[in-house]
Amino acid sequence: MGKKVLMKGNEAIGEAAIRAGCLNYFAYPITPQSEVAEYLSRRMPEVGGVFVQGESEVAVSYMLFGAAGCGERVFTTSSSPGISLMSEGISYVAGAQCPVVFVNIIRGGPGLGGILPSQGDYFQATKGGGHGDYRMLVMAPASVQEAVEMVMMAFPLAEKYRNPIMLLGDGLIGQMMEPVEFPDHLRTEPTNKDAWATNGMDTRKSSKPNIVKSLYLDPKQLNDHNLLLKSKYEQMKREEIRYEPYNTDSDYKVLIVSYGTMSRVCRTAIDNMKAEGFEVGMVRPQTLFPFPEKAVHDAAVKESCKVVISIEMSMGQMVEDVDRCVKGKRPVEWYGKCGGDVPTPEEVMGVVKALI
Amino acid sequence: MGKTFKRPEALSENHTHYCPGCTHGVIHRLIAEVIDELGIRGRMVGIAPVGCAVLAYNYFTFDFQEAAHGRAPAMATGIKRVRPDLMVFTYQGDGDLASIGMGEIIHAANRGEKFTTIFVNNTVYGMTGGQMAPTTMPGQRTTTSPFGRNVEDCGMPIRMAELLSSLATPAYITRQTVIKPKYIVKTKKAIKQAFAYQMERKCFSFVEVVSTCPTNWGMTPVEAVKWTEETLLSYYKLGEYKKPE
Ligand SMILES: Cc1ncc(C[n+]2csc(CCOP(=O)(O)OP(=O)(O)O)c2C)c(N)n1
Ligand code: SF4
Repeated sequence: MGKKVLMKGNEAIGEAAIRAGCLNYFAYPITPQSEVAEYLSRRMPEVGGVFVQGESEVAVSYMLFGAAGCGERVFTTSSSPGISLMSEGISYVAGAQCPVVFVNIIRGGPGLGGILPSQGDYFQATKGGGHGDYRMLVMAPASVQEAVEMVMMAFPLAEKYRNPIMLLGDGLIGQMMEPVEFPDHLRTEPTNKDAWATNGMDTRKSSKPNIVKSLYLDPKQLNDHNLLLKSKYEQMKREEIRYEPYNTDSDYKVLIVSYGTMSRVCRTAIDNMKAEGFEVGMVRPQTLFPFPEKAVHDAAVKESCKVVISIEMSMGQMVEDVDRCVKGKRPVEWYGKCGGDVPTPEEVMGVVKALI
Repeated sequence: MGKTFKRPEALSENHTHYCPGCTHGVIHRLIAEVIDELGIRGRMVGIAPVGCAVLAYNYFTFDFQEAAHGRAPAMATGIKRVRPDLMVFTYQGDGDLASIGMGEIIHAANRGEKFTTIFVNNTVYGMTGGQMAPTTMPGQRTTTSPFGRNVEDCGMPIRMAELLSSLATPAYITRQTVIKPKYIVKTKKAIKQAFAYQMERKCFSFVEVVSTCPTNWGMTPVEAVKWTEETLLSYYKLGEYKKPE
């Protein structure tokens, strides 16, 4: 531990969960993240963990629900069509307040779409996907190292909020080989779940049954339950927002908002433009929900800034959040591509310069 | 004799919401008695279905999870894999298990998951108002088969005990009923056997219980028992279908 190893993103994600203290993995194969399952099918037996290949993503989401409901740390990895199937379960997990970590290595959609990198599941992850009023804490890594750290952070966060958490990566993060280390300080002990989990009355030395459920037939009770859930999402907005500003000390004329792999390309473009004497700033959301509303707003209204652009590997999803944050104080533009061709730095430079 | 009617410890004092003549209550009681006798209440986790028994957790005195429609076997799989020491059963109706949850039950059984399923087959969707189920009998009138189940369109009713018995993985699979005391005794024995296999971590265990839904069948409880015995039991034959040995 603590030392750097060269790993493919997908394998590093699997290893990160183990290092974070999660020894239970349920999954169904799908490109471009099947390597996680392949890796963990070898690795889990070595560490005395659980590996189950479920019969479908629907079933997997309920295996996770059951296991989390009885108080154990669990996680899964999948890609877009699989996450759609899991969305029923995610809604139940959120309703029953169970901590589960979901990793979505997004591929192009809709439908079968394609197998190349995309960010087309932004809405699905941040605005719902399943039914009802629920939110997930959604984190978006821009490198393999960051994916490792976010996976490791996800477990205690899921437990803090008793809520599903999603790591939103794309095929490039999964396939990329990068040097990584697994920070010791991110290894955590599972929290005590005696207060609510169905871990058996003998286990917690109690004579009071625990019930894990999402049904509230009484309208007042259901409203109260939803208010409780909402209060957790509000707390996330106060405590969990993460973002990285880039070149925002400069007198930038254009502000880019971009996340994940796309933000790396934007960073290169920003460096190139700086060398040419054209200043561009960026806010890179690391949490997509909660969205860094204030950071985007404040960066947008800086005096030098004339225009804001959301650059995404999707057809204009995050731009709606950016627009919401900028509140009409600057024009908000969008540029994006999906299908798997990641826009190049030159392309981004062309688009950004054309704004001024 | 007062002792016979003592409430099992595993059964709560709450009055059930089941209709008069419904067999859900009897089955609950048998499960509770078996749990008491095996002394496993403290490590029990039940899984409630979506169906008339969705509130089952109100009637027992041990841990419960509430599933989505049909997904209880996947939840039970999750629990047993991460906590093999817990005792887990799913309690499912025929719409829940044989229709929307067909995939989950077959694969859980085929993996040989070490939990128990109590399958309450009343040939209709009780909770939603008596619609046709995969188990509805040919010609049986329901709210979505007003002219009787037409096997040309809907096929023949699915016999889950037989279907699961065809899997090569070892399992305990039995079909019982609770419409009369003589059957109730056997059903209780079967449930106890099913839990015993689970305790020994031997195999998946499945107890189908041919049940009544007088409300949606449009019958009195007495008529429902008669119809069950005369019509259902000749198609859904009682007995032990499979043992792990
Ligand atoms: C995904 C989904 N589809 C449909 C329903 C509606 N629904 C609730 S109970 C039920 C049928 C239950 O019938 P059964 O399993 O036979 O149990 P019973 O009520 O007869 O005991 C249906 C269709 C639901 N809750 N969820
Ligand atoms: S509707 Fe049918 S299954 Fe449901 S409680 Fe009434 S009799 Fe029982």
